[in-house]
Amino acid sequence: MKATREDIVFDTLKVLFLLVLVIVTLYPFINVLAVSLNEPMDTIRGGITVWPRVFSLVSYQDALSGQNMLVATRNSVGRTVVSAIVQTFATAMVAYTLSRREYVFRIPIAIIYVITMYIDGGLIPTYFLYRSLGMVNSFHVYWLPGLTTAFNMLIIRTYIRGLSDSFIESAKIEGANDFWIFIRIILPLCVPVLATIVLFTSVWQWNYWWDTFIFNSSRVSLTTLQYELMKRLASANAAMSGTSMADAFSRALDQAGSQVTPRSIRAAMTIIVSMPIIMVYPFLQRYFVHGLTIGGVKE
Amino acid sequence: MNPTETTFSAQQDALSPAAIGRRNWSSIFRNQGVLMLMSIPFLIHLLVFRYGPIFGWVMAFQRYRPGRSFLDQEWVGLLQFQTLFADPTFYRVLRNTLAMAAIKLVMGTFFAILVAVLINETRNRPFKRTVQTISYLPHFISWVVAANLVLEVLGPRGILNDILVGTGLMQERVLWMGRPELFWWIVGWSHVWKTAGFGAIIYLAAMTSIDPQLYEAADIDGAGRLQRIWHITLPGIKPVFVILLILNIGQLMEAGFEQQYLLQNSLVMDYSEVFTIYVLRYGLQLQRYSFAAAAGIFRSAVSIALIITANTVARRLGQETLM
Repeated sequence: MKATREDIVFDTLKVLFLLVLVIVTLYPFINVLAVSLNEPMDTIRGGITVWPRVFSLVSYQDALSGQNMLVATRNSVGRTVVSAIVQTFATAMVAYTLSRREYVFRIPIAIIYVITMYIDGGLIPTYFLYRSLGMVNSFHVYWLPGLTTAFNMLIIRTYIRGLSDSFIESAKIEGANDFWIFIRIILPLCVPVLATIVLFTSVWQWNYWWDTFIFNSSRVSLTTLQYELMKRLASANAAMSGTSMADAFSRALDQAGSQVTPRSIRAAMTIIVSMPIIMVYPFLQRYFVHGLTIGGVKE
Repeated sequence: MNPTETTFSAQQDALSPAAIGRRNWSSIFRNQGVLMLMSIPFLIHLLVFRYGPIFGWVMAFQRYRPGRSFLDQEWVGLLQFQTLFADPTFYRVLRNTLAMAAIKLVMGTFFAILVAVLINETRNRPFKRTVQTISYLPHFISWVVAANLVLEVLGPRGILNDILVGTGLMQERVLWMGRPELFWWIVGWSHVWKTAGFGAIIYLAAMTSIDPQLYEAADIDGAGRLQRIWHITLPGIKPVFVILLILNIGQLMEAGFEQQYLLQNSLVMDYSEVFTIYVLRYGLQLQRYSFAAAAGIFRSAVSIALIITANTVARRLGQETLM
């Protein structure tokens, strides 16, 4: 087919727009990476775009030697690993029981789950309840409240229903109980969907900071990486208040005495905190899109 | 797409507790006891952690003082709600919440569909894959990281000031984050940056299920690219568009508190404070627990009303609906 003039104009604008999209998406990451790798005093002069001018790792040294960083890393990794394993296992178990058509409580339980997708109790009542359950200043608040979630449960249940019943039937005839069937037959067959849920949960857990802020902010031993970065962001925002442009510049120059600036440390921490996500990104992309398709095919 | 549908559709092939009637419960326990042991503990957990807070709503009708039980409090009726509706800050917060939610909904949807249409019109596979891979990335990073990037880009030494001053479009560098009148739009654009690429996936999936014969017929009729998009592609994604719109309207009262909390500073507070932040400030910081709980109930009630209204309107218009 011959390209018309409309085609040429359309394709040019299309490619242009998509290129702008790519650049706008990537530039902030590359810029922060360049700032984090640039000598902090030199960064104050401005003009750092995609490449460090005076290479230096001092921002990373400073960020990593911060007093809370070790414990924050431990907690971030801990909550991610514990939640990914425990929550996925628990959610899969409930999903399996609700996939069994003969189970008498199947529909009432499913309805109770679905309602939670639309209604929540709100911040204050939740806070008081969690406090009375000993969830304040406790690591358990990171994994226990979200033990099973309706959305993930529905995705896994849909997947299990798509499996053939014949495995379950033959196991039943051999006298296996439902827990055994779940562990030995269903879980191995569900690996693709469980991988998706593990990734879903891990990314959510790694990125979440609000629970640390609300429930655990008075206990340094329970801090997380996202929360440490959030605190630095908050102090940068506080520094902006009540100042003019001139003040902002003069403050930057005042710091000329020290080795590093808050901005450079923030840049280094931003890179540190997002590094695990970027490293697993190839898997994320594949399984998330896959997961969306699994969840979507329900007609 | 629709979780409620699957929940209720398979009802016929199940024996409901009522249908069993006086039939032998002991045989059911014998056959399904393991299933019960595998699900009921998690059901109890869900009831405690997700339904438990709803019972805490009674505190909105009290003057709650910590350290006593819920039943041993002073009852004040609707006083907290009256105070809420008399608070001028409440109306400002309501305005901010709805304005930012609407900006995010319109801009987010528009750009997600635009990206989806343009990717759908791209035949060059490597280019298509590269664009998709890169545009999903911001979805997976936290808002804490994203807010840092926004601060960097819009900062005094950020790229935006560099470009505007460098090209002579502006004489002086601007502290963008300190401009109250721009805050809503900064929230809107950063939302687009973070969500447009990933949001396009669901529209792209809908586009791939459009019958290719429609496009062939349009070619024979001599339709141009824009006409094909307008008359085939966009009508093809309408059901998905409507369902997402209903879901998002239910989220209007949320407006994404994380983003506002992380991007705000006291210069822009009048325009940045949204409902969840308001509840947080009155409740946990000023310790007016009952008042904050009342504000929380108001938020939930409006959300539910909005989603029901949107669903009803969609049904009247003959569209696909949620329920």
